[in-house]
Amino acid sequence: MTRSELIEAVASRSSNFSKKDVEIIISTLFRSIAESLAKGEKIEIRGFGSFKVKNRDGRKGRNPKSGEGIYVDSKKIPFFKAGKELKERVNTKKK
Amino acid sequence: MTKADLVEATYEKVGSSKKDVAEVVDSVFETIRTSLENGDKVKISGFGNFTIRHKRERRGRNPQTGQEIMIGERTVMTFKASQILKDIVNSNS
Repeated sequence: MTRSELIEAVASRSSNFSKKDVEIIISTLFRSIAESLAKGEKIEIRGFGSFKVKNRDGRKGRNPKSGEGIYVDSKKIPFFKAGKELKERVNTKKK
Repeated sequence: MTKADLVEATYEKVGSSKKDVAEVVDSVFETIRTSLENGDKVKISGFGNFTIRHKRERRGRNPQTGQEIMIGERTVMTFKASQILKDIVNSNS
């Protein structure tokens, strides 16, 4: 399922919103999550999961091509942890 | 940030009631859950991909007691952030 298929599916089930509105809501939704993560906040959605940022320390690396030693800066990495309901539903056996 | 905050951030953009927007937000997450439940991955361009992975049965160990146990075959989901999301997260540093 892609972003546009998600918009399509949600819009078809909504009596209050046009496809355009649903598109705006979904874009804003994911942008809000991204901006919140950028601020280092944790986002928790009950029954779905939580997003948070983890820090990766800087480390000494090596350019694999030239063998030259370089320093890889510390960086932040977005993480998602599935919530209980999502975990359980994904794990149910489908025949 | 919780779902209520997401609704708050969203409802003004479409000039609608919080209640109606909350319904759509719920529907978005439910649609993603259903898709994953049915074994179909969800790709949100510019954000990331939610994918399904099948894990085989393996032998594990309780780290506390050292006792060996079998971890059954199972299906889990993983999230891989897109490069765009990774860049956004690193932009405010």
